[in-house]
Amino acid sequence: MESVDGSGPSLRIALAEDSVLLREGLIGLLTRVGHEVVAAVGDAQALLAAVAEQEPDIVVTDVRMPPGFQDEGLQAAVRLRAARPALPVLVLSQYVQRAYAAELLDSGDGTGIGYLLKDRVGQVEEFVDALRRVADGGTVVDPEVVRQLLRRRRDPLERLTPREREVLALMAEGRSNGSIARELVVSEAAVGKHIGGILAKLDLPPADETHRRVLAVLAFLRA
Amino acid sequence: MDSRSVWQAMTRPGFSLSWWPWRSAAYLVSGAVTGSFVLVLIVLLAVAGGALAIVLVGLPLLAALALAGLPVARVERFRLRLVDPGPAPDPHREPVLPGLRPWLAVRLRERATWRELGYALLFAGLLWPVDALVVAVALFFPVSMVATPVLMATVGDGQEAKVLKQWTVTDWPTAFGVSLLGLVLLALGAYALGVAAGARAGLTRLLITPRDVELGERVVELARSRVRLVDAFEAERRRIERDLHDGAQQRLVALSVTLGLARLDAPPGPLADQLAKAQEQAGSALAELRELIHGIHPQVLADYGLQAAVADAADRTAVPVDVTFDMPGRLPRAVESAAYFVVCEALANVDRHSGASRAEVGGGHGDGRLFVTVRDDGRGGADAGGGSGLTGLADRVSVLDGRLSLSSPPGGPTLLRVEIPCEWSQLTDRAHRSA
Repeated sequence: MESVDGSGPSLRIALAEDSVLLREGLIGLLTRVGHEVVAAVGDAQALLAAVAEQEPDIVVTDVRMPPGFQDEGLQAAVRLRAARPALPVLVLSQYVQRAYAAELLDSGDGTGIGYLLKDRVGQVEEFVDALRRVADGGTVVDPEVVRQLLRRRRDPLERLTPREREVLALMAEGRSNGSIARELVVSEAAVGKHIGGILAKLDLPPADETHRRVLAVLAFLRA
Repeated sequence: MDSRSVWQAMTRPGFSLSWWPWRSAAYLVSGAVTGSFVLVLIVLLAVAGGALAIVLVGLPLLAALALAGLPVARVERFRLRLVDPGPAPDPHREPVLPGLRPWLAVRLRERATWRELGYALLFAGLLWPVDALVVAVALFFPVSMVATPVLMATVGDGQEAKVLKQWTVTDWPTAFGVSLLGLVLLALGAYALGVAAGARAGLTRLLITPRDVELGERVVELARSRVRLVDAFEAERRRIERDLHDGAQQRLVALSVTLGLARLDAPPGPLADQLAKAQEQAGSALAELRELIHGIHPQVLADYGLQAAVADAADRTAVPVDVTFDMPGRLPRAVESAAYFVVCEALANVDRHSGASRAEVGGGHGDGRLFVTVRDDGRGGADAGGGSGLTGLADRVSVLDGRLSLSSPPGGPTLLRVEIPCEWSQLTDRAHRSA
């Protein structure tokens, strides 16, 4: 079955969110765009059980959940990724903090990971697009985290030119080369050249291109 | 006659003719009466309590015995005014909570309670007979000697009288001689009464009024209550943060989702525009609420500790900030919280007032204390007391026995340093990973 966002098949989603109001809203939204919510739970333990049982295509989880109302959702995501590194996980957070994003990206090989502010959910198209990119193995970090990080000029990013930093920030948001080129109004080849420069300056040796992109984003988050 | 105590009065002329010997006598007589009563009470309680302890009924009686010192001491402090009108405050604390249990808990833990019990036992067993003896020797014997001629004229029919029930006097000159001797002894007895009453009062004061040690205990108690207040304040912060997070914030997100879905379904036109506007407003309300919640108590501090929270605060500062922190674990909540808010306030000041182009936050733990420094290359002239927001934070640091110092000469640089004694509450590798 095709989803109505037209960019791929319908996804089987496991959802964890303790606020009933928001959970119902998310189920409505995800169903409305053609995905299937195979499990909707209110705490991290139930999420682990539901994922084992349903084997969803992607997990969408809140950070703070019962019983401790700390970062149970995030820890559950990290555990799920440890068991199944390829399982795409999109974490929705009320907070924009790179500590959460960095811990999440450290799990598995860093692909198929998303860390978004809950506010983004309301921007339905953007949210559905991010969900799709994570399900396809992309890396999506909330623009707000990226924006905060860009304000700081620290090693090893100091070696990057301002344009390279812009490209890296957009990479962190999970954009493709084409999307970055459109955003910065340059050619796709120029974007490729910048990315090459970034990877070289961050001492990331040539290897699988997707993986190096994630490592670059990680360097950016840890800087 | 305005001597403050019996001791002072005795150094002045006219003591024997003043009220003081009579006050001393009254003190000792009332002491003998009270003491004998206390003896009866204690013996009754002990015997009844001991006998009934087997059937458990006696246990409350024995407990009451333990507290017997309280009423006795209260009466004794009141009686003290007869010869020693100086203040004799109650050494006991007021229980914080109402009810019998908290009261008992406080009383049984107080050293004063047990000292008062000791006093009551001493009083019942030894002091009151001494009181009685002194009164008998120093007052009743001389008075009865003075009264010898009267006795001879009345009871003895002018023939004989017994002095102190010992010797028989048979002629008037001897009787008057004894009477005169009695007057002399009475004058001496006045001093004996004064000395005995003064000594008794001194002993009483020593045993059942507050001591400097207890004053020290009160200071400790005050410091503890200040710490409790800060803890309560911290807990309240977390509660407000939780309420806002789990309540208002989730509702706003749900509203935003509903509006987003409505926009999908709305045909292009004024309705879609209005929905977009409403969603935008919900979005800015959310952003404001997020900042507010973060200011109350940042979740990252609770989840990842001081190092990550300070890195996050540095992210939010417009001036570039270098963070060099070495925290392999978590510190007590109150310490982390105080240090975090100091750093936040310092970074806010760097942004607002310093004109600095760069700032540095350093931190570590050594010699059983956390130290954090915030340095900037701005124009200096900062004042911790000048309403910079640091004053309240300095108070919070001092509650934790810590110190906050600020060096900010005109022209800069500004260096703020915080030290708080504390130990690791747990060591984790997570603080490292997330930094």
